Amino acid sequence: MTVSALRLEATAFIGFFERQKNLYRRYWLWEVIWLLYSVVTVLSVGYLASGLSSIGALHRGEGLAEAQVYLLVGALLWQYLSLVFFETAFAIVWERWEGTIEYTFMAPVRRVTHLLGCACFALAYGLIRAAIILAAMLAAFHLDLDRADFGGAALVLGASTFPVLGLGILTSILPLLYPEKGEQMAFAVQGVLLLVSGVYYPLSVLPVWLQGLGVISPLTYVLQGIRTALLEHGSAGQLLPVAGLLTGMGAVLIPAGLVLFTLAERRAKRLGLLKRTG
Amino acid sequence: MQTMNGNGTLPPAIEVRGVSKSFRPEGERRGMQKRALDQVDLLMRAGELVAVVGLNGSGKSTLLRVLATLTTPDEGTVRVFGHDAVRESGRVRRLINRVSVEASFFKEMSAWENLSYAARLYGRRGADVRDTVLTVLRRLGLARDALSRPMKQLSRGQQQKVAIARSVLTTPNLLLLDEPTTGLDPRSKREVQAFIAELHSGGGVTVLLSTHDLVEAEALCGRIVVIDRGRIAADASPAELRGSGNGHAVPTLEDAFLRMTGRSFEQEAEEAGEAAGEGGGE
Repeated sequence: MTVSALRLEATAFIGFFERQKNLYRRYWLWEVIWLLYSVVTVLSVGYLASGLSSIGALHRGEGLAEAQVYLLVGALLWQYLSLVFFETAFAIVWERWEGTIEYTFMAPVRRVTHLLGCACFALAYGLIRAAIILAAMLAAFHLDLDRADFGGAALVLGASTFPVLGLGILTSILPLLYPEKGEQMAFAVQGVLLLVSGVYYPLSVLPVWLQGLGVISPLTYVLQGIRTALLEHGSAGQLLPVAGLLTGMGAVLIPAGLVLFTLAERRAKRLGLLKRTG
Repeated sequence: MQTMNGNGTLPPAIEVRGVSKSFRPEGERRGMQKRALDQVDLLMRAGELVAVVGLNGSGKSTLLRVLATLTTPDEGTVRVFGHDAVRESGRVRRLINRVSVEASFFKEMSAWENLSYAARLYGRRGADVRDTVLTVLRRLGLARDALSRPMKQLSRGQQQKVAIARSVLTTPNLLLLDEPTTGLDPRSKREVQAFIAELHSGGGVTVLLSTHDLVEAEALCGRIVVIDRGRIAADASPAELRGSGNGHAVPTLEDAFLRMTGRSFEQEAEEAGEAAGEGGGE
């Protein structure tokens, strides 16, 4: 790729990032409502942990603090990871909603630039949103984070970016190939990830066949790694294998997602699926 | 990125050879196919302004989509300035732009945000983008303050003018206009038509205009391609089309169209009206 071609792609990348920023700015009221909903959801999970003690599920309140941190970490991470996944997967859904898909696909831009431009905005926005939810969480609960290693948590969170983007790109194929039902299919994928990745419970409580799905879900390792860092003082050094595993999963999922997306785009052009708005 | 042929001449702007395209209509079972294009051949020189006319569903938009690399043909070849539209689609996309009948914008975003985004996709940014936009919109009779308003607040005519500005912003060599004046008020229609003519004569842009409006086609284009049921029914100048057939000239292009295809635009409008009355429509 020549320098001028790279410059063109970089300009387009900023264009996608900026477009997403403008869309969120214009739909700010929706975003405020969604943020409020997310905060309420996370707080509800925190109070659920408190409730476990009140209804006698925890013997004399033992383990309440751990249960609360365990559940709240899961809830907060799910808010972040699902947003990044959702926004990457919905790169095509946005275009179908607005009727702009043909214009984007007609532009002389590589698909990797298109999808990563949208995904990078999702990462930045997801982090800001997670920080706000975290602030609300810390204000509502006295969390025992004495044993937390934030360096280890940051390492795993950083490494989680790659597989989550890969999963998002793979899922974005669904709205491309199924204009009417693809959006709902993407929601279903998100639901399965929630079920099998140990967001609110250890994988061991699932039936064996679902545990199998949990083992191949990258989110399982993100949640396990960050919980280890925050609850068991897992240092960055100790969590390097988890970060390596996540990076490896990303190294497979992102290229696989881009290749499959390219094939799906060819199919969509052959079947005339780009013009339908769903 | 237009490249010369081996003999030092520019290749044709459009070279379509034996192109066919079929689709399965929505709601139809597998195996049911509608032939949208049937062995279409079309050659256009660089700098030409050609109209494609035909009834709804005749294949005009499919032809433009194939040229815009948005749909791949089932058979035949499509070349744009010598580049294969399927195998070299990236190169082709650098040379073209298209205005569709629906303006297609991010409706909550302002006109300027939409245009700035479109410019970036073609590698353009900065002050000169704004200058170009303002010049084009002034020429099209759109007030400057429209730029800062969300697209959803602009009228259909205003949106279509912004769509034309978007297409020009990318400095295409080939402009594909898919019924750009449909649904516009008479004044906006005239402004857009004048701009198309100016773009072609002054800017040297090759323009393929798909339209329902035979008067528009005749006023703007020296060459008209009639497409009917996916096939090219005629390809000639307006005068030749009126005089074609049995040697008896007819007064209007509408009459010529009726003679060539056995169908009229009036009849189509009536059928569309009946279909709408039955809860159907296109």
